[in-house]
Amino acid sequence: MASEQEILSGLAEIINEETGLPTDSVELDKSFTEDLDIDSLSMMTIVVNAEEKFSVRIPDEDVKNLKTVGDAVSYIAQAQG
Amino acid sequence: MGLLEGKRLLITGVLTDRSIAFSAAKLAQEEGAQVVLSSFGRQSKITTTIAKRLPQPAPVVELDVTNEEDLAALPERVREHVDGLDGVLHSIGFAPKTAMGGNFLHTEWSDVATAVQVSAYSLKSLAVAALPLMGSGGSLVGLTFDARVAWPVYDWMGVAKAAFESTARYLARDLGPQGVRVNVVSAGPLRTTAATSIPGFETLEGTWSERSPLGWDVNDASTAGRACVALLSDWFPATTGEMIHVDGGFHAMGS
Ligand SMILES: NC(=O)c1ccc[n+]([C@@H]2O[C@H](COP(=O)([O-])OP(=O)(O)OC[C@H]3O[C@@H](n4cnc5c(N)ncnc54)[C@H](O)[C@@H]3O)[C@@H](O)[C@H]2O)c1
Repeated sequence: MASEQEILSGLAEIINEETGLPTDSVELDKSFTEDLDIDSLSMMTIVVNAEEKFSVRIPDEDVKNLKTVGDAVSYIAQAQG
Repeated sequence: MGLLEGKRLLITGVLTDRSIAFSAAKLAQEEGAQVVLSSFGRQSKITTTIAKRLPQPAPVVELDVTNEEDLAALPERVREHVDGLDGVLHSIGFAPKTAMGGNFLHTEWSDVATAVQVSAYSLKSLAVAALPLMGSGGSLVGLTFDARVAWPVYDWMGVAKAAFESTARYLARDLGPQGVRVNVVSAGPLRTTAATSIPGFETLEGTWSERSPLGWDVNDASTAGRACVALLSDWFPATTGEMIHVDGGFHAMGS
């Protein structure tokens, strides 16, 4: 199990790899679409990689509700818990 | 011995682990097949990650069915992994958003053309591209959503599926002499990426499970996957140009 801080940095690495955004721009209050400009295909890639990295499953229905980086971090933390 | 022992398959269309093609690939491996996957463009990365969830490793080759270079290079790319093919699964469909969801009367031809090219003509493209690999016959299987009737919201994708089903019959005619069978599985609604991106997909799902004598689970793509595996096996040796419903029996009921 990872702490929220570890999840955030793991997620930042995945996002950096997919989009080239610097890891320190990936902050909890950032919106995936509005602030980070991540499209639906990139979001799918990020989700699939996050599932592998954190050994969780994030169904499509739930992905829709993950608006911000913080939403994703708490979702993953809870799913691991 | 598995149903597909010794068979070498090309399986297109694995995007997520909900994809019908994922179920088919998983079951095929469990039945002894050697599986090569294909994906395209930015989706390839996703397919490569998802492929790790299969029981055995499966290589992913690049194939955009609308790209002539990819089609021409297919035999070479597949031969890097297997020395020929005994079966191919076409599990590919796409229509622009404007072509579905109730906009039927106002969809422009260019969007209809895209739907028909990716979803129907691609069966011919894939068959011709893979033919050099299928030396002594084989099985080509595709996925459709029963296009003999009109549906809510399915719109031009439904028209494309009608063309797809017809393409399968013509391919059955032209490839039969080479021992290649061509059949399609008409699946009931399943919650995959392609399906849930249809605006108003819920209305298609509608009363499917109540109306189907066997019931229907929109979250279980293995029903369709199993039928694909059966058609890819040697157990339908005299069946071609056929459409098999895997829909809980929905198609046979009047209401
Ligand atoms: N889900 C359903 O309710 C349902 C019902 C009946 C039939 N089908 C059919 O099943 C097939 C598979 O769809 P699915 O439901 O598993 O969804 P999916 O989204 O998992 O798969 C669709 C696939 O099509 C591929 N694709 C799109 N354009 C392509 C192109 N140009 N070149 C190569 N590949 C391309 C995508 O990469 C993706 O893997 C489709 O033909 C679909 O119409 C689906």
